Amino acid sequence: MTDTTTETDTTAQLDDLVGGEYRYGFVTDIDSEIVPVGLDESVVRLIASKNGEPDWLVEWRLGALRHFLTLEAPTWPYLRIDPIDYQAISYWAAPKAKGPAPESLDDIDPKLREMFDKLGISVAEQERLSGVAVDAIVDSVSVATTFRERLAESGVIFCPFSEAVREHPDLVRKYLGSVVGPRDNFYAALNSAVFSDGSFCFVPAGVRCPMELSTYFRINSAGTGQFERTLIIAEEGASVSYLEGCSAPRRDENQLHAAVVELIALDDSSIKYSTVQNWYPGDENGKGGIYNFVTKRGRAGNRARISWTQVETGSAITWKYPSVILQGDDAVGEFSSVALTTNHQQADTGTKMVHIGRNTTSSIVSKGISAGHAQNTYRGQVKVMRSAVGARNHTRCDSLLLGPDCGAHTFPYIEVGTDGAQVEHEASTSRIGEDQLFYCRQRGLDEEDATAMIVNGFCRDVFDDLPMEFAVEANALLRVSLEGAVG
Amino acid sequence: MLEIRDLTATVADDDGAPKTVLDGLDLTIRTGEVHAVMGPNGAGKSTLASVLAGRDGYEATGQVTFDGQDLLAMEPEERAIAGLFLAFQYPVALPGVGNMHFLHSALNAQNQARGLTEADAGTFLREAREVMAELDMDAGLLGRAVNDGFSGGEKKRNEILQLALLRPRLAILDEPDSGLDVDALRAIARTLERLRDGERSYLIITHYPRLLELVVPDHIHVLHRGSIVHSGGAEVATAIDADGYAPFIGAEAGTAVR
Repeated sequence: MTDTTTETDTTAQLDDLVGGEYRYGFVTDIDSEIVPVGLDESVVRLIASKNGEPDWLVEWRLGALRHFLTLEAPTWPYLRIDPIDYQAISYWAAPKAKGPAPESLDDIDPKLREMFDKLGISVAEQERLSGVAVDAIVDSVSVATTFRERLAESGVIFCPFSEAVREHPDLVRKYLGSVVGPRDNFYAALNSAVFSDGSFCFVPAGVRCPMELSTYFRINSAGTGQFERTLIIAEEGASVSYLEGCSAPRRDENQLHAAVVELIALDDSSIKYSTVQNWYPGDENGKGGIYNFVTKRGRAGNRARISWTQVETGSAITWKYPSVILQGDDAVGEFSSVALTTNHQQADTGTKMVHIGRNTTSSIVSKGISAGHAQNTYRGQVKVMRSAVGARNHTRCDSLLLGPDCGAHTFPYIEVGTDGAQVEHEASTSRIGEDQLFYCRQRGLDEEDATAMIVNGFCRDVFDDLPMEFAVEANALLRVSLEGAVG
Repeated sequence: MLEIRDLTATVADDDGAPKTVLDGLDLTIRTGEVHAVMGPNGAGKSTLASVLAGRDGYEATGQVTFDGQDLLAMEPEERAIAGLFLAFQYPVALPGVGNMHFLHSALNAQNQARGLTEADAGTFLREAREVMAELDMDAGLLGRAVNDGFSGGEKKRNEILQLALLRPRLAILDEPDSGLDVDALRAIARTLERLRDGERSYLIITHYPRLLELVVPDHIHVLHRGSIVHSGGAEVATAIDADGYAPFIGAEAGTAVR
């Protein structure tokens, strides 16, 4: 019932729709200190010395560096990337401190504060109004962490990683690299060698963290990468919900972000980790944008629960598989993901659920939306070890295509090593229906509203898993990413 | 209110060649009137509804004026905002989009485009519940995703619910009675009759006379091969019920004989 002319019209309209402009592409003019480009032992030692790190950590980094230098970048992802010259990147940049370290939020450089206000993350307002504790990280360093005293009353430690190394060295030494080792993979090895800062969170046994914790990552300087390390530990019976957001200026060059996140959920604890990833995705011709290579993994003890929820709308390249090692009996792992790629974005993302303990359960919900010339890949592994008697997994993987030039791909890997396991995989790929659009438009909604409504509906299951404030943000972000113009 | 002059519509067939589905159709609907269009399968009834609502895929020529505006030049949403509503024969599901949210958004979009204030959510919800009671609809359907997993009858009732809440000037109902049992038919007829207030017009497309016994039309048109071959009053439905379409469409010849 559709002739060629109208199909072309619709395609053109869709192209308009998904060519939404990036709102966070501004650069803040702050004095920055940047180390020269290049990667060798002296750079690693320099980064370590900036943080005043102990010898064991310097050696740990150097071990990772030596290993990294023997590795080649993985070629298995479904991503087309020009070779990256790792010697042409500066591995450390920081806003220049004006005088002594800020004693309180009032002492933060007003320009930095203005930058966060512009991003909609008013550090001061956050503290006063929303009851969410924020760690703000610009380029390589943490610039502000809010609510620390109130958290400390409950015994919760929430601080920049660099500070944790100084103030809580035993905890850092015990857990750093215990889930993602320094030789885990190419990007994790790179991160282990040059990571600069990040967030550290420790919730002691039996404590329910009294508020949401949040880290906001911002790349501001040109010619640099961001390599942060996040370590979250929930002791026995503890629980914490953690939110992560990111953005970067609009630039023609590709910038590298290679992070590692480790979650340790001891017996009976729970960690919920939510991400809204909105790094600069490049322009409509695929020029510029962040290369996002992230290793995220958690280890769950007996009856512990780890939930990853992610909304990925940014980055030129996304390579990311938040995973759970279900080590303890009755442990639960969850992964819910919305990945939206438009223009020339490429995403190869999914999860890995490794069932070791008995009666462990995992669930995976992945929603991939692809538009323009984008390629969107779900890659997931469900591995049930011999010991994991009674393990269960359910995977649901849906792809939505907007327009004729984009692609959706699904690579599920299922390995089951025991008889007593139940593994289910459901997958679907659909195009946004002309019928659905027409139905909405017949009721008076314009094409943009109709598309946003249908796409939001497609993502509903995942958005329902997000904490309230993030769900609203995710909805809005999806809308903006789909819009033809900045609203 | 609606003036259709010499409306011709073609659609590409499987080989891409144009196929005529509406052929020089004339029809005038005045404010407050109820018109029914009947005709055998393939006569062009649903095409008429689709072309009037602006669905893609048709090449339409001729004049269609709706309240003085050139309907064929308008986008589907502009037609909706001008007050034209289509109750779909096969309402599509919108997974994950809440029925209440959808209805409220649609009403707000229309109100906003007309320069009216946003519909108050509380009032809107109360009104929706009243109409649902009138339609014997399960109130739980408001919280479900639009038409997702709805039974055939629930989908048809949901269309009438939308009609009642959006209050269009002209409602085109494309086989609102197909697949409905007697009770459901009575329920939708009750709502349609209540909303038949002299200000609102209906164009009802149907195969069967039973709905037209409950919502008695002012005019009935017999559509055959893309044009109206006979127009009359309510008695046409009775005649079709007794003798079929043959007397109107001239059996084999396919031309009007009366």
